[in-house]
Amino acid sequence: MSFEHRDDTGDRFGMWLFLYTEVILFSGLFILYAIALTTYPQEYITASNKLNIWFGAANTVVLLTSSLTIALAITAIQRNQIRLCISLCVATIGLAFVFLINKYFEWSHEISLGIYPASETLRDMGPGVTSFFNLYYFTAGLHGLHVLIGATLITVVAVMVAKGKVTSDRYVLLENSALYWHLVDLVWIFLFPLYYLII
Amino acid sequence: MSEEKHEPVPYQTFILIWVALIILTGITVGVAQFDLGAVNVWVALSVASLKSALVLFVFMHLRQESLLFKIGLLAMLVILVIFIGLTFTDVLYREVLL
Repeated sequence: MSFEHRDDTGDRFGMWLFLYTEVILFSGLFILYAIALTTYPQEYITASNKLNIWFGAANTVVLLTSSLTIALAITAIQRNQIRLCISLCVATIGLAFVFLINKYFEWSHEISLGIYPASETLRDMGPGVTSFFNLYYFTAGLHGLHVLIGATLITVVAVMVAKGKVTSDRYVLLENSALYWHLVDLVWIFLFPLYYLII
Repeated sequence: MSEEKHEPVPYQTFILIWVALIILTGITVGVAQFDLGAVNVWVALSVASLKSALVLFVFMHLRQESLLFKIGLLAMLVILVIFIGLTFTDVLYREVLL
């Protein structure tokens, strides 16, 4: 008699616990931001105005849409629409790369203006603007790393769906990867207004 | 834990939530075009919290999960409030900041 050890609810709860620790990680950076904002309110406005709202807004739409596609992928696998599920995973991965390419152009532009950690331009602008951009590069960079990890996870799961290892009966791996992806979206939901929209 | 399967969430629900999220993004960007002082930050944070709630409860299926998952979220938020609150009781009452 074989007994399969399986606890999907437990697996999902484990993922949620991990995501709470991720929130605590990012909230440390947001607290630093809040302290610096109360210390240098004027400099933060100056610095924020140097960021391009439209790059940020475009990336917000891209991430929200990718969250939609991965959420739809779960309904697809639950309804045993395997091809649709794979297509939605591929769409999510595609949007992740659109996000990163957008970020590449945005950062290239800023670096060409001399705005990067420890640059002379930033030193001349004083400690307030410098702290804004240091936090901006670190938080957005850590977020970008999460985008890359999330896209990798979804790629692996999409292959497993194609091979029939993740099925409409057993799809907790897809659910957990989707949860991770939504966390990436959640972080950006706060990062975007705080860094791009301060006036 | 018991193995209860979630009912698939209809595609339409997810698409409607996505539309709501896009509209809320438009509101944040729109409000940020006007200088309302401290109000700007509070509007931005309120809209961001509302968007997070939509993502957490619908996209992340928290609505369908058991009470344990919701208590977990609440515990995390309480920890966060303590974390932020205690930091500011220090920072706000210093003579010289940083």
